Amino acid sequence: MLISNDYSQWALYLLMFLVGIGIGADPNSLKAIRQLNFKILLVPIVTIVGTTLGVAVIFLLLSDDKFLDLLAVGYGFGYYSLSSIFITELRGDELGVIALLANIMREIITLVAAPIFAVLFGKLAPISAGGATSMDTTLPIITKASGKDYAMISIFHGIVLSVLVPFLVTLVLSWG
Amino acid sequence: MFTVLIVMVVGVFFGYFFRTRKKMVKFADKFTMWAIYLLLFLLGIAVGANEIIMNNLPKLGFKALVVSLGGIAGSVIVAWAAYVIWFKPKNDNYEG
Repeated sequence: MLISNDYSQWALYLLMFLVGIGIGADPNSLKAIRQLNFKILLVPIVTIVGTTLGVAVIFLLLSDDKFLDLLAVGYGFGYYSLSSIFITELRGDELGVIALLANIMREIITLVAAPIFAVLFGKLAPISAGGATSMDTTLPIITKASGKDYAMISIFHGIVLSVLVPFLVTLVLSWG
Repeated sequence: MFTVLIVMVVGVFFGYFFRTRKKMVKFADKFTMWAIYLLLFLLGIAVGANEIIMNNLPKLGFKALVVSLGGIAGSVIVAWAAYVIWFKPKNDNYEG
């Protein structure tokens, strides 16, 4: 975490431990782990497709930037530290800071709005909104909003996207 | 990144072994919500104290917000479709 300090690191560890307790004690989530199937692979794909489409719409409205630049920002999926480093390297400070801000905002918006997303858009929506952060920082609010039986999907989704961020960002910027 | 997962897994074992202690589980759940608020607050402090962010917020903040909202909006809409098609339980009496 680029902005991590000692206190927020410990707060996160505490939070993850508590979430773990909640999951371990919940019969539904353990049953969900046993029932994992190939559908779980769909969820990261949903987020990649959805983010691409969303950024494309934004590009059509905000056309003074290159589409691939905006897409690279979107492909941070909330992973603000890593994505802004790559983007600053490849495109410079301004896009790097936009990436930093946009991805922090993605995490914060998800933290605040996850319950609303679950009600309006179904139980996968908070996971997708959280992007790469669904494995850690937004996992707690996602389990609150969608239920502990979605915790495994959330973690898997977050891990896959976290791994993909550097590849997708550099790929997209190499096309630009 | 992975230390966080290990801590969570330790919590899972803990929660599993103490799953019959209803009061403890209830306390953990309640405490989780406050821990989320705490983390949000600390994140806010970290953002506010960060010069790069605060200096650039007026100029680049709007663009960043719009891209962020676009990504989120696209994600939740496609997630809605995927949920309805593939994940929603057939028996709608179960509210979870």
